[in-house]
Amino acid sequence: MANILDIRRRIRSVRNTRQITKAMKMVSAARLRRAQERALAARPYARMLTNVLQSLVTRAEIYDPETGEPRHPLLARREENNVLMLVVTGDRGLAGAFNTNILKTTLNFLASKLGKNVDIETIGRKGRDFLRRRFPYMTEGPSGGGRAGPVEIVGEKVGMFGKLSHEDAREIAERVIERYTKGEIDALYIAFNEFKSVIAQRLVVEQILPIREIGRAEILQAQVMTEEERKRAGEAARTAGVATEEADTHAIDQRAAQFATAQVDYIYEQPAGELFNSLLPKYVGIQIFRALLESVAAEHAARMTAMDSATNNASDMIDSLTLAMNRVRQAKITKEIIEVVSGAAAQ
Amino acid sequence: MADVFQLEIVTPEKQVVSDTAEEVQIPGKKGYLGILPGHAPLITELAVGEIIYRKDGQPHYLAVAWGFAEVLPTKVTILAEAAERPEEIDVRRAQEARERAEERLKSQDPTTDYERALYALKRADVRLDVAGKKHP
Repeated sequence: MANILDIRRRIRSVRNTRQITKAMKMVSAARLRRAQERALAARPYARMLTNVLQSLVTRAEIYDPETGEPRHPLLARREENNVLMLVVTGDRGLAGAFNTNILKTTLNFLASKLGKNVDIETIGRKGRDFLRRRFPYMTEGPSGGGRAGPVEIVGEKVGMFGKLSHEDAREIAERVIERYTKGEIDALYIAFNEFKSVIAQRLVVEQILPIREIGRAEILQAQVMTEEERKRAGEAARTAGVATEEADTHAIDQRAAQFATAQVDYIYEQPAGELFNSLLPKYVGIQIFRALLESVAAEHAARMTAMDSATNNASDMIDSLTLAMNRVRQAKITKEIIEVVSGAAAQ
Repeated sequence: MADVFQLEIVTPEKQVVSDTAEEVQIPGKKGYLGILPGHAPLITELAVGEIIYRKDGQPHYLAVAWGFAEVLPTKVTILAEAAERPEEIDVRRAQEARERAEERLKSQDPTTDYERALYALKRADVRLDVAGKKHP
């Protein structure tokens, strides 16, 4: 039987761990709140841009009237031979199954693209570490004919989430658009963890290029949270004081809907078609930005939940260890009494 | 103050301005536009440049990269990829960006993307210019 001192030591150690996990949970909760605010702050711009584009679609002749072909290269659909995939994971671990799940989704998706050339760009350290062990890494960028394999990693971004700015997303978008326009890639997919609220999250693979319909996300694969995950996340959010309901965006959306769509005759400084063409790349940028923002929020939420579970487990462990310690102590006292009593009886 | 209109400037990161103004100058693609209250409805794309708006007689400056503006008689809404006030601009970074862009323009390297380098130069110039107009 373990002795009391050992058990007491273990309790102390578990208690220390619990303190750390609790602190990490609160830190994640604070970061999550900030991430949610940022995602909300990005909404007016995104909605306005979407609305303008939607209204321009009717004014600008985006399809060639003779051939029916779209005039803008980002709308052009081609046979899908070369694919670019952005994989958004976190930079750090200790976030439960957050990173693993995204990578699992990615591998599933890759399996569905068998026979095609897939270039992968990783965003986040965890995804890079995992995927680089499996697929060749091309430092020289797209290699054209001499591919090292059907799946190649062509780029990576690490350490960007700490101070994520729209500039980062714009940079990625610009590069991607260039490759798409040149015909190096025929489609762009992004795998990330969508985040509406702590209890409304999905793992998705979204198609960004070619643009099929403005204002509607083209989701190819989606995996919603299980009931169990939702319950745990909700519990963690409640104890950390984070709201679980989705932010009310009604007012924002309503105001955004009025942008550039008033029932008046606007003077167009440029032809509508020209405006449409220069707005479209921004639309790609904001979609990538949104994915990154949501992924950041989801990562913090996942870490908060994981740390909440760890804290609970530590508490349970302390309870059972305390029980064991009391039992041992009780047994020792009983034994001593028996010894005293039988000693007295023997005399 | 008699005649004012509502001015809204929105970027992907935040709402930069939500205020009333008596006048605003915006860098349209084909040159600067001065807008007063009661302007006819207009839609335009913005180039790299500075936005100057006047409120209570005081001028305010913002450096914008690309943008898109809707003008209505009582309201001007601007979507910009980036809009920075003078005090938000990192002068050293802008200077470095300027030097880099100049370097690229001077180099005889055929792979240089001139358009992009010019854009970077222009952007850095505007940022430095606006940064110099810090509100007293």
